[in-house]
Amino acid sequence: MNDVSLSPASPWRRLLATLVAWRRPFVRALPTAFGVVVLNFVLLQAIPGDAVDALVAEAGSATAETTALLRQRYGLDKPPVAQLGDYLGHLAHFSLGYSPRYDMPVMDLILARLPNTLLLMSMALGIALSLGVSFGVVMATWNGRWPDRVLSSIAFLLYSTPGFWIGLMAIILFAVQLGWLPSGGDATIGAELAGWAKFGDTLKHAVLPAFTLATFYIAVYARLTRAAMLDVRTQDYVRTARAKGLHPVRVTLRHVLRNALLPLTTVAGAHIGGLLGGAAVAETVFSWPGIGRLTLEAVQAREYRVLLGVLLLSSFLVILANVLVDLLHARLDPRIKGN
Amino acid sequence: MPPTTVLPAPEGTLAPPTWRGQLQSSLLGSRAAPDTPPAPVVHTSRLRDRWPTTAALLRLPGAVIGLLLLAVIVGIALTAGVFFPGDPLDIVGQPLLRPGEDAAFLLGTDHLGRDIAAGLAHGARVSLLVGLTAAGVGVTVGTLIGATAGYFGGKVDAVLTWLIEVFQTTPSFLLVVVIVSITQSSLEVISVVIGLTTWETVARLIRAQFRALLSSDFVLAARSIGFGHRWLIFREILPNALPPVVVTASVMVAGAILMESSLAFLGVGDANKVSWGSMIGGGRDMLRTAWYLTVIPGLALIVTVFSLNLIGDALIEAMNPRLRGGAR
Repeated sequence: MNDVSLSPASPWRRLLATLVAWRRPFVRALPTAFGVVVLNFVLLQAIPGDAVDALVAEAGSATAETTALLRQRYGLDKPPVAQLGDYLGHLAHFSLGYSPRYDMPVMDLILARLPNTLLLMSMALGIALSLGVSFGVVMATWNGRWPDRVLSSIAFLLYSTPGFWIGLMAIILFAVQLGWLPSGGDATIGAELAGWAKFGDTLKHAVLPAFTLATFYIAVYARLTRAAMLDVRTQDYVRTARAKGLHPVRVTLRHVLRNALLPLTTVAGAHIGGLLGGAAVAETVFSWPGIGRLTLEAVQAREYRVLLGVLLLSSFLVILANVLVDLLHARLDPRIKGN
Repeated sequence: MPPTTVLPAPEGTLAPPTWRGQLQSSLLGSRAAPDTPPAPVVHTSRLRDRWPTTAALLRLPGAVIGLLLLAVIVGIALTAGVFFPGDPLDIVGQPLLRPGEDAAFLLGTDHLGRDIAAGLAHGARVSLLVGLTAAGVGVTVGTLIGATAGYFGGKVDAVLTWLIEVFQTTPSFLLVVVIVSITQSSLEVISVVIGLTTWETVARLIRAQFRALLSSDFVLAARSIGFGHRWLIFREILPNALPPVVVTASVMVAGAILMESSLAFLGVGDANKVSWGSMIGGGRDMLRTAWYLTVIPGLALIVTVFSLNLIGDALIEAMNPRLRGGAR
């Protein structure tokens, strides 16, 4: 490292320091990532029949010699530990195997569907956070009075309702009765749209599935925000802020809410996994072509490699989300930097 | 909505500790202090003295409503065989009868002519069975792993915490879908698999409790008398670590019921058993014409999960002595 020439205030040094500080969450995530890979490998081993059986079944028939040769070629006759090594090697090359039914690499198949699911999830998370936090603020501000009671009841009901059922009811109301929004798919069939018009069309199709996915989390965030705000409200610095004559709205938003949101970021990161599971259901209800639908198609087609590929990538997505939340936390809460 | 509000009792109004409480806290440490009842107790019932949590629970309207709803559902599940003998998947009448159209089928029939009411009653059985089995498996596995990790610490803890993190990271619904499609989609397998993928919440909870309780005086006392690990874990620490798990368990039952219904809705469930989720999934294609096929089983599902969540919420309130004091 030749950084003798760099002065202490140099931007390069600052960048280096930031990178070093950012390294920690990534390093901490490594054992978990390895564990996820092992879990997936174990599941892969548990599948009845292997890739060669599937190939042979697709081909119709094969002799015992051919299957043995194929096994040898794909390394399936090696001991499990060696196979785990092979599996890790493939993963290092971003390969999840090949899907005979779709006739394309599993990774490409998933990556083609992933943007749709990410769009759905980010929309749902945005809706859930904005609506949930605003509900929570209203509930905490009017704690025990009718706005709190009404919203608490609604949140509790949403909390107890399965997402797919809400989706079906939304189809009945908004698509069938009112005709405001499309009931499924990701684009208007036959409409040759491009650019912004296409984007707008996609968004219109995403509204109902995203809301369906969001409902449960709206309830969760509303309840969490309410509880956290009621907790923070009794702190000394809030009393100080009030005593120095700040406007109540300012106290609520700047002093109470800001600190109440901190625990929320932790949970929101942990909810990425739940959102991925929920997306499978929402995508099925609204025929949204994402990885959730792909999962279900893979189940029906018994395409285990696709199935496990989705599981593995989903887990990595959760790990990535957790790392980002860690970084965000370090920025938001200066106390964390100390350790 | 009546304007009456339940104000939380200000911190200062708690009654001063009685001599018994003072003695207890000086002998056993501060842990025993906050539980002492306030001095002027006007309506003393025996229930409240013996089972303060149960008494506090029964005082909460949410808990009473939840318990009553759940009792109704359990009653329906238990009597399903009496009122609706035979397989609920059998074709018994004309297809697509609307609710109330035929007195023999109060809630109507589906697209194949199966009685919806019978499906609901037998579906209650499936839902409760899955919920209880999954929560039972999850709590047992989670408790064992969490207790081992929390009690022994060190390398054991590191490995088990890693395991907890791996399961926490893997999206549990997708994991259940994968495992169920690899093994087989019978109801028993589904219940156990749901339990095996959701144990990590309990494990984390129990582990934290064990770590907190491990250094408390009563554990130290038992250890110095010479009790072994097994006694310390199961007789001393575990009973004190379990209360928060009760709340989690009720939420887990609700979560497992929702998960099974989602699986059945997606067609990954047990095809030989009627389930509310599969009823909704079956009615989905006729959403525009026969909406009641999806609405009715959906409502049954909501009522069940709602009652369990009510109970879970009330349990949190009832088991917290501070909140219990405020509700008085």
